[in-house]
Amino acid sequence: MKKIFKIEVDCANCANLMETAANKIDGVSSATVSFMTQKMTVDFEDGSNPDKVMKAVLKACRKIEPDCEIEF
Amino acid sequence: MQELIINILLCVIIITAAGLLIFVGSRKDGMKKKQKKTMIRILICASVLLILQQIPAELFKELGEVLFPSAGRWIRFLCYFADYLIIGCDILKKAILGIRNGRIFDENFLMAIATVGAMTIAIYENGDYLEAIAVMLFYQIGEWFQGYAVGKSRRNITELMDIRPDYANIEINGRLEKIAPEEVKTRSIIVVQPGEKIPIDGIVVEGNSSLNTSALTGESLPRTVSTGDEVISGCISMTGVLKIQTTKEFGESTVSRILDLVENASSRKSKSEAFISKFARIYTPAVCIGAAVLAILPPLVRALLMGLSAEWGIWIYRALTFLVISCPCALVISIPLSFFAGIGGAGSQGILIKGSNYLEALSKTKVIVFDKTGTLTKGVFEVNGIHHNKIPESKLIEYAALAECASSHPISKSLKKAYGRETDRSRVSNIEEISGKGVIAKVDGVEVAVGNNKLMNSLNIPCNDCHKTGTIVHIAVNKAYSGHIVISDIVKENSAETISSLKKCGIEKTVMLTGDSEDVACLTAKTLRIDEVYSELLPADKVSKTEELLDIKLKKSKLAFVGDGINDAPVLSRADIGIAMGAMGSDAAIEAADIVLMDDDPLKIVKAMRISRKCMRIVYQNIIMALVVKFICLALGAVGIANMYLAIFADVGVMMIAVLNAIRCLFVKKL
Repeated sequence: MKKIFKIEVDCANCANLMETAANKIDGVSSATVSFMTQKMTVDFEDGSNPDKVMKAVLKACRKIEPDCEIEF
Repeated sequence: MQELIINILLCVIIITAAGLLIFVGSRKDGMKKKQKKTMIRILICASVLLILQQIPAELFKELGEVLFPSAGRWIRFLCYFADYLIIGCDILKKAILGIRNGRIFDENFLMAIATVGAMTIAIYENGDYLEAIAVMLFYQIGEWFQGYAVGKSRRNITELMDIRPDYANIEINGRLEKIAPEEVKTRSIIVVQPGEKIPIDGIVVEGNSSLNTSALTGESLPRTVSTGDEVISGCISMTGVLKIQTTKEFGESTVSRILDLVENASSRKSKSEAFISKFARIYTPAVCIGAAVLAILPPLVRALLMGLSAEWGIWIYRALTFLVISCPCALVISIPLSFFAGIGGAGSQGILIKGSNYLEALSKTKVIVFDKTGTLTKGVFEVNGIHHNKIPESKLIEYAALAECASSHPISKSLKKAYGRETDRSRVSNIEEISGKGVIAKVDGVEVAVGNNKLMNSLNIPCNDCHKTGTIVHIAVNKAYSGHIVISDIVKENSAETISSLKKCGIEKTVMLTGDSEDVACLTAKTLRIDEVYSELLPADKVSKTEELLDIKLKKSKLAFVGDGINDAPVLSRADIGIAMGAMGSDAAIEAADIVLMDDDPLKIVKAMRISRKCMRIVYQNIIMALVVKFICLALGAVGIANMYLAIFADVGVMMIAVLNAIRCLFVKKL
């Protein structure tokens, strides 16, 4: 299941790092962060709970940029 | 001298910041909240700094003497430190958080270390606090502009592709009501007034108008439509009111599909982007280690081996300068921005590119394979010549068209088109279709036989062969041969120019694949100057032929296939780059292709090539410029020529130039 989220990220390098971080979260089969469109595309693994997974993703992203926001 | 420059610079910053806050900040879409806050901090910090700079150190000294010896020194430090915190608190906080989260080599950390280091040296020497604050100030200004410029260009590019309709008009009880396009069901009637966007694909049931398709195709010429014509969403109706019966839901309409495609485009990353993010991962730690070595090694060597004084202060300062230069931001920002601008610019010209990787691949294309029908030729059969006729040409066509009036074969369609008038069925009787041969019918009471030479042979009517290539339709009236009509596919006006322009663009080989007969294929290839032709291919043969071509081409170069997407979807996905033409409406093509041209003009292929070349040129310019400037500054910093000011200008300046250069990708109209 693929979903697109709005993400607020300030630097391009951070967007790259967030992408790497999000890909390591359980329940995420693949994730991409587009700095230019400020969008995060997450492909969830089957049977995972998107809300729960996204909370973990946000937490991981906040570690990279403390004021980053993801709308979900 | 330096004092004066700094003072002037600070004044400029204060005025600009105040101006930006008043003029841009007051606008609704001008600045984000975060940006406004940073700007205010920049303003306060610069003002305080300017005032502090005017107070001489002696004044602090005298002030401090009253309290306790050397108190003046600490008061001065506290004043500057407060100013430093105003501008740098968030960076320090982020740096600490970064360390706690195990990410030590990020830019916040680098800036924090560099400025805190400079601060410490200044305390030690009771000297120049200005430097640490100024570096932090310039860094913040640079960051702010980067955020602003990127946000602005992002908005510009999205506006360029702004084809999303806001509403659909539906007539309810004689009154027009605006509803969200998502809520409109298929087969309902919507009304589009002059100046409005068509929200959903459909068929015109009432009214006529001319449509502005420029948002979709980049084509400025309006298209006229009337009852019965198919219209696609995203076009703007300019002159008349149209009533349209929708054929699709909003989510499946052309507009939605294009928007989806564009939004997902930048998630497919190019090799250069991957290279840069990999590079950034190595670059920053490498420079940090370099800085550490620079701070420790030379003083040790001086002190232990050469017997000189260690000069720790100087070397630590140089190491800190190193750290300021080490931020990889200019690189990391400019590459995706260039690609995004390139994709946006191409989109405005009716060329949809599905990802930066395809934009990159396109610039490396050396072999282009074309499908013939619908790509280089119009794919519509037209009467191309009438020969050996015993009766007037118009009469011959009239007979042929009337005899074929019941058929829907492309050939009979083209005959009817050449006839130009409505075929009056009452004049035709006894229609007898002989499959694979033709038609025999009575027209105005006269027996007319229309068909190929097999038909003529079976009727024992001798017929003439034709020297022209194409489909030959023989006509016999009253069992007497009365001439033949040549019907062939017409080459597009721009096809020849496309091939020659592609050659100029550096394409080494052009190939044409077609299911048509050999002589037709060879003739087309000859007129267009195409290098290689493979004819009489079935769709599956096209795939294997493309695979063969993929095998023999040079490894580094790419092969692009151009087709109209109707029966060549497998080839489109097999080639390095699949380019689908005139894909308005064809789902399979949009799915399978990597680049979609919104109209039928083959010259768009040339344009796409040029856009990709320009974009890649800018990407390389940015990479090289940023690296060269950074390495020069690193070298200068290591030997002590560059101070921290130069370092911060190298960082922020390079980034600004890179961003401005990247924006050039957007200007593709004249390519």
